[in-house]
Amino acid sequence: MARSISMEAAGLTLAFLILTFLTISAASSTNQIQILNAERRIDLSSHIVKVFLTLKVENVMTAPASEIVLAFPPAQADHLALVKAQAAIGKKKKKSYVHLDVNPTELPDAPNGTKYFSISLLNPLSLGETATLEVLYILTHSLKPFPAEISQSESQLVYFRDSALILSPYHVKQQTTFLKTPSTKVESFTRVEPTKFAGRELKYGPYEDRPPYSFSPVTVHLENNSPFAVVEELLREVEISHWGNIQITEHYKLVHAGARHKGVFSRVEYQSRPSFSGTSSFKHLLASLPPRVHSVYYRDDIGNISSSHLRSDYRKSELEIEPRYPLFGGWKATFVIGYGLPLEDFLFESPDGKRYLNFSFGCPLAETVVDKLTIKVVLPEGSKDPSAAVPFPVEQRLETKYSYLDVVGRTVLVLEKKNVVPEHITPFQVYYTFKPIFMLAEPLMLASVFFLFFVACLAYLHNDLSIRK
Amino acid sequence: MHVLLCIVTGRYSSRLYIAYAPLVVLGTLLAALVPVVGFNAVMTSEHFASFLVFIIIHVVALVYHVKGNLSPRMFKVAVTLVVSVGLVVCCAMIAVLIALVASSPTKGWSGRSLSLLDPTYASKYIPIIASVSEHQPPTWPSYFMDINVLAFLVPAGIIACFLPLSDASSFVVLYIVTAVYFSGVMVRLMLVFAPAACIMSGIALSEAFNVLTRSIKFQLPGSSGISQSGDTSMNTEGEQNDIAKTEKMDETAKERPSKKNKRKEKEPVVKASIRSRIERRLLVLPLEASVIAIILLVLLGAFYVVHCVWAAAEAYSAPSIVLTTYSREGGLHVFDDFREAYAWLSHNTEVDDKVASWWDYGYQTTAMANRTVIVDNNTWNNTHIATVGTAMSSPEKAAWEIFNSLDVKYVLVVFGGLVGYPSDDINKFLWMVRIGGGVFPHIKEPDYLRDGQYRIDSQATPTMLNCLMYKLSYYRFVETDGKAFDRVRQTEIGKKYFKLTHFEEVFTTHHWMVRIYKLKPPKNRIRGKTKKSKSKASSTSSPKRSGTGKRNPWH
Repeated sequence: MARSISMEAAGLTLAFLILTFLTISAASSTNQIQILNAERRIDLSSHIVKVFLTLKVENVMTAPASEIVLAFPPAQADHLALVKAQAAIGKKKKKSYVHLDVNPTELPDAPNGTKYFSISLLNPLSLGETATLEVLYILTHSLKPFPAEISQSESQLVYFRDSALILSPYHVKQQTTFLKTPSTKVESFTRVEPTKFAGRELKYGPYEDRPPYSFSPVTVHLENNSPFAVVEELLREVEISHWGNIQITEHYKLVHAGARHKGVFSRVEYQSRPSFSGTSSFKHLLASLPPRVHSVYYRDDIGNISSSHLRSDYRKSELEIEPRYPLFGGWKATFVIGYGLPLEDFLFESPDGKRYLNFSFGCPLAETVVDKLTIKVVLPEGSKDPSAAVPFPVEQRLETKYSYLDVVGRTVLVLEKKNVVPEHITPFQVYYTFKPIFMLAEPLMLASVFFLFFVACLAYLHNDLSIRK
Repeated sequence: MHVLLCIVTGRYSSRLYIAYAPLVVLGTLLAALVPVVGFNAVMTSEHFASFLVFIIIHVVALVYHVKGNLSPRMFKVAVTLVVSVGLVVCCAMIAVLIALVASSPTKGWSGRSLSLLDPTYASKYIPIIASVSEHQPPTWPSYFMDINVLAFLVPAGIIACFLPLSDASSFVVLYIVTAVYFSGVMVRLMLVFAPAACIMSGIALSEAFNVLTRSIKFQLPGSSGISQSGDTSMNTEGEQNDIAKTEKMDETAKERPSKKNKRKEKEPVVKASIRSRIERRLLVLPLEASVIAIILLVLLGAFYVVHCVWAAAEAYSAPSIVLTTYSREGGLHVFDDFREAYAWLSHNTEVDDKVASWWDYGYQTTAMANRTVIVDNNTWNNTHIATVGTAMSSPEKAAWEIFNSLDVKYVLVVFGGLVGYPSDDINKFLWMVRIGGGVFPHIKEPDYLRDGQYRIDSQATPTMLNCLMYKLSYYRFVETDGKAFDRVRQTEIGKKYFKLTHFEEVFTTHHWMVRIYKLKPPKNRIRGKTKKSKSKASSTSSPKRSGTGKRNPWH
């Protein structure tokens, strides 16, 4: 009985809403698509929030639809690090995924400053056709610690603010949101019926027939003790030397971005009861480096830091570093990691005669957010026409650096990006042209200097320079 | 001093003037350029002796110059005239000078140099000079450690210097005698003694090699052997003695007695030759003996080099900021606590925060932690250091007041009790008491000693158990092993359970070697009796009690 009434109500609202939207914007394409089923899984187990969105969309109008638009509230859009989309092809057993392009876009009548991303479909949808899309987007700095200051023996509680209803410019027929919490302890959560909380999962939904831009803010107050490692600034310098070595120097400014530590730090409690004291602090960081890495050093302003371990095998190397002291909320540490890599693993020749460096973008530290990442690729002297091919938008500029035996200076290609997460660790390429004859410049310079010096000595010794006989 | 000696013994020459006069002028000018010394180079009494000699040498040079120009009779007249006038002027000047010098309490000498003349001066009046470990007199083993084999060669060299006593050798003898005296007062001055010892032993070794190589040269088959015939008498005498000596040498394989005896044998021979001046009789030793002697001398030199390299590597190269030990399995364990504390300070405190610690760590804190310190290794302000020492020796509330008046935010204490690091602040604490007590008389050293002994266990005095240094070092130390056993002092501590009322612990390093505390801000309201001014009945609302009284250890 209740169900039939709600079905009727749903049908009525559906009709009403369709009419209202038809009247509001006749030319807008937002009513071209209808989302049949939306399932959102929000993973809150680390301080980087990963959201997996599965959309089943249908084209309800005759014109073919070639893109799907995703909407984000402006507060979330500022913290958005990455949006990726894939299309599922094939049936259950033979499902495969094809990557789709996602680009930020603008819609003319965005209510309340909503930001949009548009996904380009492989094949435009015709009337009545459906498609299933998998979208992944990553939010950083979205867990706000509350209480903002904790003592050593308290565990860290954070707020997560989002909407129970998926914000979308389209009409959503059915939607569910699942939140995965790192522990079973959730202080409070807003109830938007139907809501269910069991174990580590908080379920909002299913909600039927919601109009576009429907938004229902919820706040979840949960416990999250994962290490909130944020690198405020990371400067990576990749120096290419054609004599066979790539030297990488990375300067880190690390901070613990969770609830600030107030009061006493008691070493005895930290050492004797590690599970109870300092639960939200972290001591170790893991850096994944390419295999065949050599001459690794780890130091800071004061000197060498001796607490690190390097384990390498033929596929990857792992550098486990410990800052000088464990990091509690609000504590900072700065350090420099440097290492060398063999040139033949990274420098290749492209079909059109240019050389290119194939290197991985991003920060090698696991599970860290980088607020500002700068990669400087220092090309050898005599390189021309540098250009970079990066799979996501970065700021590029050129600089010059003077190093050993440089006459004209080395070209430096600077790439900058804000809000970098581990999913950004993808290869990128830097192309440049280089005439092999320039390799002779340095040895010739050194040889000629010594030659001239010896000639001068010979001339001085063999000539009689005395003033008087 | 050497110049005076030369003038007195009638060995004045223009060489002496050229060597000494520019030295004094240049040396004083250069010393005045050093910012710390400044005008002290001409104003303090320590330098007056060299100026006096400067004046004397000018007078003597003038006298000789005049003597060369005038005839003897005129010279006598001039001398009497000058002497009478000059004497009057000199007396006047000296009177003025003595009055000036005598008016200052230390007669114009600074504390550091006075402690050289009177080694007990520092411990009586200026404890901070006495507290520096390099200002203590050296022990006999430290002489051997520093100059090793030279300890035997220096006396031989002194005697070698006397044999033809010239200007140069008398200078060296005077140098070494004064250097020995001063290095006996302060270990630090071993640096001054070392070059003198090297010169002396160089002289000794060169004389020894002279004799030995000459012996070999003259006795090699086919060489001319000029003095062979003339020396036969000497030879036999030398041979008899040296056969006995070589036996001794083979037995003990020691150079010293044989060399000394050789020396003694050589002396009468050489003196005879100098006196006679007819035949130069040079000592020639048997061939085998000289060959063995040369080999043994070279071996001695080799051992000396090995020892020096070892001493430089082990004893003088320890940086003492990173300590390493080897674990039982042979792995290296690094104690990097100092740098950990400084890195924490530099990253997690505000830029203007001031850190109070003992002066040993001042330069390190300034350089590595980049924070302002109250006292550092320069130790130029004794009263300031005494203030910090007094604060460390006072109970918590008084210490908090002192530190608050200095605008201190953090207090740094070095504690070695958990790992057994012996140079920590509790071991240096008595010096803090002495230095503080030198300026603030309410800190008395006997208050901290039980029967003249410095203890921190249950027999320690209440003043010791309540002072800030004790509390900051041992705060919650009992929770590490349940018994609070201090590995450096090898005893359990006296007061195990106590709370801090005016300080809070903000950081302790991994091995507990550096502990950093923050001053708590003063309370807004003071409840309770405010009329009482006795510090014992504390008027603050803190529930603090001293160690005795309540049963519950946490109150």
